[in-house]
Amino acid sequence: MTHTPPFRLSSGGRLIDRAWQVPFRFDGRHLKGLTGDTIASALLANGQMLMGRSFKYHRPRGPLASGAEEPNALLGLGQGGRFEPNQRATTTALTQGMVLRPQNCWPSLDADIGAINNWLAPLLPAGFYYKTFIQPRPFWKHLFEPVIRRSAGLGRAPTEADPDRYEQAYGFADVVVVGGGIAGLEAAREAAEGGATVLVLEQSPVWGGRTPTDHPGGQGAIDALLADLRARKNVTLRRNTMATGLYDHGYLIAREALADHDPNQGIPRQRLWRIRAGHVIAATGALERPLSFACNDVPGVMLASAVRDFIADYGVAPGRRIVVVTNNDDAYRTAIIAKRAGLDVPAIIDARHNPAGALPDEARALGITVLGGTGIAKVKGHRHVEAVVTCAYHGEGAPLQTIDCDVVAMSGGWSPVVHLYSHCGGKLTWDEAGAMFRPDPDRPPLGPDGKGNVTCLGAASGNLTCAGDLEHPEAPIMPVWVMPARAPYKLRAKMWLDFQNDVKVTDVELAAREGYASVEHTKRYTTLGMATDQGKVSNINGLAVLSGTLDQPIAATGTTTFRPPYTPLTLATIAAEAKAEAFQPLRKSPMHSWHEAHGASFEPIGQWRRPYAYLQGTEDRHAAVHREILAVRRGVGTLDASTLGKIVVKGPDAGRFLDMLYTNMMSNLGIGKCRYGLMCNENGFLMDDGVVARLAEDTWLCHTTTGGADRIHGHMEDWLQCEWWDWKVYTANLTEQYAQVAVAGPQARTLLERLGGSIDLSPEALPYMQWAEGDLAGISARIFRISFSGELSFEIAVPSNRGLELWERLHQAGQDLGITPYGTEAMHVMRAEKGFIMIGDETDGTIIPQDLGLEWAISKKKADYIGKRAQSRLHMKDGNRWKLVGLESLDGRVIPDGAHAVAEGTNANGQRKVQGRVTSSYHSPTLDRPIAMGLVHHGPARMGQVLDFPIPGGGVMKARIVDPVFYDREGSRLHG
Amino acid sequence: MAETLATIARIPGLGMLTIRADLARAGEALAEAAGLGLPDTTQITTDGSRSLGWMSPDELLLILPEAELPEAHEALTQALMGEHGLVVDVSDARAVFDVTGPHAADVIAKLAPVDAAHLPEGHLRRTRMAQTAAAIWRIQGGFRVIGFRSTADYLGLILTNAALPGSTLAPR
Repeated sequence: MTHTPPFRLSSGGRLIDRAWQVPFRFDGRHLKGLTGDTIASALLANGQMLMGRSFKYHRPRGPLASGAEEPNALLGLGQGGRFEPNQRATTTALTQGMVLRPQNCWPSLDADIGAINNWLAPLLPAGFYYKTFIQPRPFWKHLFEPVIRRSAGLGRAPTEADPDRYEQAYGFADVVVVGGGIAGLEAAREAAEGGATVLVLEQSPVWGGRTPTDHPGGQGAIDALLADLRARKNVTLRRNTMATGLYDHGYLIAREALADHDPNQGIPRQRLWRIRAGHVIAATGALERPLSFACNDVPGVMLASAVRDFIADYGVAPGRRIVVVTNNDDAYRTAIIAKRAGLDVPAIIDARHNPAGALPDEARALGITVLGGTGIAKVKGHRHVEAVVTCAYHGEGAPLQTIDCDVVAMSGGWSPVVHLYSHCGGKLTWDEAGAMFRPDPDRPPLGPDGKGNVTCLGAASGNLTCAGDLEHPEAPIMPVWVMPARAPYKLRAKMWLDFQNDVKVTDVELAAREGYASVEHTKRYTTLGMATDQGKVSNINGLAVLSGTLDQPIAATGTTTFRPPYTPLTLATIAAEAKAEAFQPLRKSPMHSWHEAHGASFEPIGQWRRPYAYLQGTEDRHAAVHREILAVRRGVGTLDASTLGKIVVKGPDAGRFLDMLYTNMMSNLGIGKCRYGLMCNENGFLMDDGVVARLAEDTWLCHTTTGGADRIHGHMEDWLQCEWWDWKVYTANLTEQYAQVAVAGPQARTLLERLGGSIDLSPEALPYMQWAEGDLAGISARIFRISFSGELSFEIAVPSNRGLELWERLHQAGQDLGITPYGTEAMHVMRAEKGFIMIGDETDGTIIPQDLGLEWAISKKKADYIGKRAQSRLHMKDGNRWKLVGLESLDGRVIPDGAHAVAEGTNANGQRKVQGRVTSSYHSPTLDRPIAMGLVHHGPARMGQVLDFPIPGGGVMKARIVDPVFYDREGSRLHG
Repeated sequence: MAETLATIARIPGLGMLTIRADLARAGEALAEAAGLGLPDTTQITTDGSRSLGWMSPDELLLILPEAELPEAHEALTQALMGEHGLVVDVSDARAVFDVTGPHAADVIAKLAPVDAAHLPEGHLRRTRMAQTAAAIWRIQGGFRVIGFRSTADYLGLILTNAALPGSTLAPR
C-alpha cells in the first residue's frame, strides 16, 4: 500500500504546540514542523520516512526508535563551524531555520550510488575485508586500503572552528538520580525525605519518561511527584542533562544542553558536569528490542514504543495502517493508541499462542484482530513498507496471508539500560523469564567504602511494571530471537540485527561457525554494536543469536563491555572552557609586555613564553640572533631570566641536604659566594643544573632551569617528606617572587654603575661567582656575578613588581652603550661558544655528568649523593661511553642538530653502526664559522680525528673532533 | 544583556608571607606575632584586614596590607627565634582576585573541583582553577582567589568567561 497523508493527526501530541510553526530545510527542501517536534517527528509529519542510508549496504533507512538508541536517523546538522555529523533525529529538538543534511549517500538520499553495495551483499559477508583483500600483497597498501579508508567513517567532520562557547561545572550531591521517569522521581522523593541532597538528571526536556505516554493517568502521577520535589530545598531537578558515564568512586559525567536550540543567545551551548555522587540511582529505563524477521529494516518498520510515541507525543502518524508484531503484552499499547487515534490496525501478530489478559482484551474490544502463534515471514516493500506476509511462528516461514500496511510496529521485549551501572563494574545476570540481562543486586559497583554505590531502579532493574497502580497485569513474554523460529537461510540473510552497520543474523552465525565463540570477538569480526549507537538495540539480539548458534545458554555467552559515553559527547564539550585564549595557561614574566612591544618572537618553554629573539624591522629570527650576539659580545645586552627556578633552602640540615642533592659540595660554600651545581636522579643521570648561592649560615638559594623549577622543588620535598623526614630543612619556591635580568657584555659594569645604588660592583668587591645585595636604581636587589654567556655578566634579582621598572631603567641608561635585549636563542649560541652544556641539549635523560667531562663538579670527598651509587655501575665506568667533544665542520656548513657519526660495519639489524651524535650545532656569529658539540665514543681521546655525518637527502658532512670550548678558553672575559 | 554572574576584580597591594615551621611548637607564637588566631587544619582566620591561612601541616600563609609586611616579617622572625623555621616574602609571586556577587559560587564551581556553594566560612581550599593552581576562601559577598603571578592573565580570563551573563548553574 502507499504511504498517504495526512501525517499530522488532527488532535493529540502532548509535546507539541500547534500554534507555532517551525520552518526548516531537509536535503535542500523547505519543510515545516511545530514547536516541540524532534527532527524525526517533524520529518514524519512531512511524510519523510526515508532519513538515511545504512553504512555498509547503503540500504534506505527510516527511524527505528524515538529516543537515544536510534541507529538509523542520523543527520548532518547545521552549517559552517556549527555543522555536526551523526545527530540523532529522534532526540534533537527542531529549531527555527534548521538545515539538515542526510549522510552516507551520494549524490542524494533518494538516488544513492553506494546502494550498489546492497546488490553485492552476498560478496560482502562478515569479516569480508579480512578475507578478500589479502592477495596480492602490494594491492593492500596502494589500492585496497586507500579505497576502504575513503569509504570509512560515518558523517563528515566540520571544516571550520566551532564558534560556540562551552563550559564545565563541578557538582556534588549525596544522591544522584539518573532518569526523570516515575521510578527516578519516586526514588528522589524517598531519598529527599531522608534528608539527603538529591540531584535528578533527565536526558530530555520533558519529565516523566514513558509513564505519561503508556499509562492513562501517568501524567497526573508525574505532575504530583514533580510538585512534591520542587517544594523541597534539598532537591535539584535538571533537565536536558544526559549522564554519559560513571567512573570510580561515584564520579559521574553528564552533559547539559543549554543553548543547543539557540546557540546565538550568547550563553554556553553545552555544559559538562563533573559530579561527585555519594550514591547513584540509575532509573534509566529500558530500551525496546527489534524482532528479527526478514526485511525488518525497510523504512516503516519501527519499534512499537516509537510508533506510539510519535502518535501520542507529537500527534504524528508514521503510517495510516499499522501492523503490530510482538512477543509481549506491552506492544498492544501501540495498537490501542493507534486505533484510538483513528488509525487502521489490521492485525496484531503475536508469536505467543493464546494472547490473553487485560491489554489483548482491550485490543480485541476495539475490533483489532489478534493473530496468536503467528510471525512475520517477510516485509514487502523497498523504500517503504507495503505489506507483511504472515507465517506460523514455529514454522519455516510458509506464507499464510499478506496484510497491506505502511508501518510495522515491532516489539521483541525490553532491555534494561544498565550502562551506568556497568561502566564501573556492576555485574549482570540473565533473567530467563523476563528475557533480559538485569543488574545483579548482589554484585553492584563498589564505592570507596566497599559498599555498592549504584542502584538500578524501575525498568533499569528489570521491573517493567514500575508504574505501580497505573499498570495492567501483563502475561509473560516469550523469548523470540529469530522469526519464524525455523527460518531458512534465505530469510535469515535478510534479518537485520545491527541496522546502522548492516549486521544480519547470518553474519553472526558465520562468525560462530568460523570460531568466534567469544561475544567480544564476534562483535569485532562482524562489527555488531560498533556503530555510533553502540549496539543499544542490537547487542542482546546479536548475542542471543550467537548463543543459539553455539547451542549454549545466553548467560554463558554474556554481554560485551558497556563503556562510556552512553551517547556521544562532542570534543568541544569535553574541552569546555579550554579553547582559544584559555586553551592553556600561558606563564608570563613581569617584563612580558615590554617584550611584546619590542618585537619579541616567542618560544614556548613549558608553559612559559620566552623571547626567542627580538626582531627589528624586516629582520628574520636568524638575523636577529646574529645581531643580538654581536651586540652582547661587543657592548652589553639584557636577557629576561625571570623564568629560572629560584628555590630557597633553609635550616640546620640544609647544607647536608644540598650535599645529597648536588653532585658537588654545597655545605662548604662561603656566605656571599656562588657555585655551579649538577643534580642527578637516582639512576645517576643528569636532571638539572644551576648556580647555588649561599645567603646565610643556614640558607641557600638554588637556581634551576626554567623547565625544572616545579619539578626540582617537588624532588626536594619528596626527599624531605618521604626519606629524610627528620632533617631540619624547609624549602620555598620563590621563582615568581623575583624578576631576574642578566646584564652581559664588556659594558655591563659601566651600565650598572650608571643606575646608582649601594652595591660596590668593582671586580674586587664583587668578583666572579659571588653575590651582593643592596639598592640598585632605588630598587632592592640581589646581584649575582655569574655568566652563562661567557661575558662579564651580572644577574640582578628584584621583586617581580619592580622587574619591568628595572628593565626599562637599564634600557634608558644603556642607549649610548648600544644596549640590546637578547633572547633565548642568542643565549643558547653564546653558551655553546663557551662549551657550556644545556640540560635538554647535551642531556636527554641517559647522560651522566662524567659523559660531559664534568668530573670537576663531582665531589670525591662526599660519602654519598643522589646518583653516586648508580654512577659506579659497570657500564657507567667501563670507558665505552660517548663523551662530550667539540666538532668543527670541515667545509664551513653547519652540521644538522642530531646528526649521527657513522662507524664501520652494520649492526644485527643491518643498520649502519654509529659512534656519536651532534647535541648542539650553530653558526657562531662571534667566530663567523659553524660550531657544534656532540657525544662521541671515546671522544676526548680522539682529538683531531675526522668523523663522517651522513645528512638527510644524501651526502656526508665531515667534522673534526676538537675541544668543546670555542671562545675565550682562558675565561678572561667573564672574569673581567 | 543580563548581568555578569559575579564581579571579577584583581586586588593589588596585598603582602604575603609564607611561614614554615613546626606548628605544634611554634604555631601559637607565630599566630600571636601575626595578631591572629592560629588556623586549624584547612582553615583561615582573619580580623578583616589580615588573614592567616593553614597551607599544609608545616606551612602558614599570612596575608596583610603591603605596608605592614616588613614589620610583620620581623615579628614572625622574632617569634621563630631559636626554632627551625622559614619566613619568606611571596607577595610578588601571587595574583589575587575577588569574585563577588549573587552567583559568585557558580563561577567558582565552573573552574574548581570544589562544592563552592557549601564551602564553609573560614575554610581555605587549596585547589586549582581549570589548569592553574589556586587557593579559595569566602569573603564578604563572595570568594577570594589567589593564584600565581605568571598565570594571572589566564586566571582573570577564565574567571571572566565563567561569569558570562546568563550562564548561572541554576536548573533551567
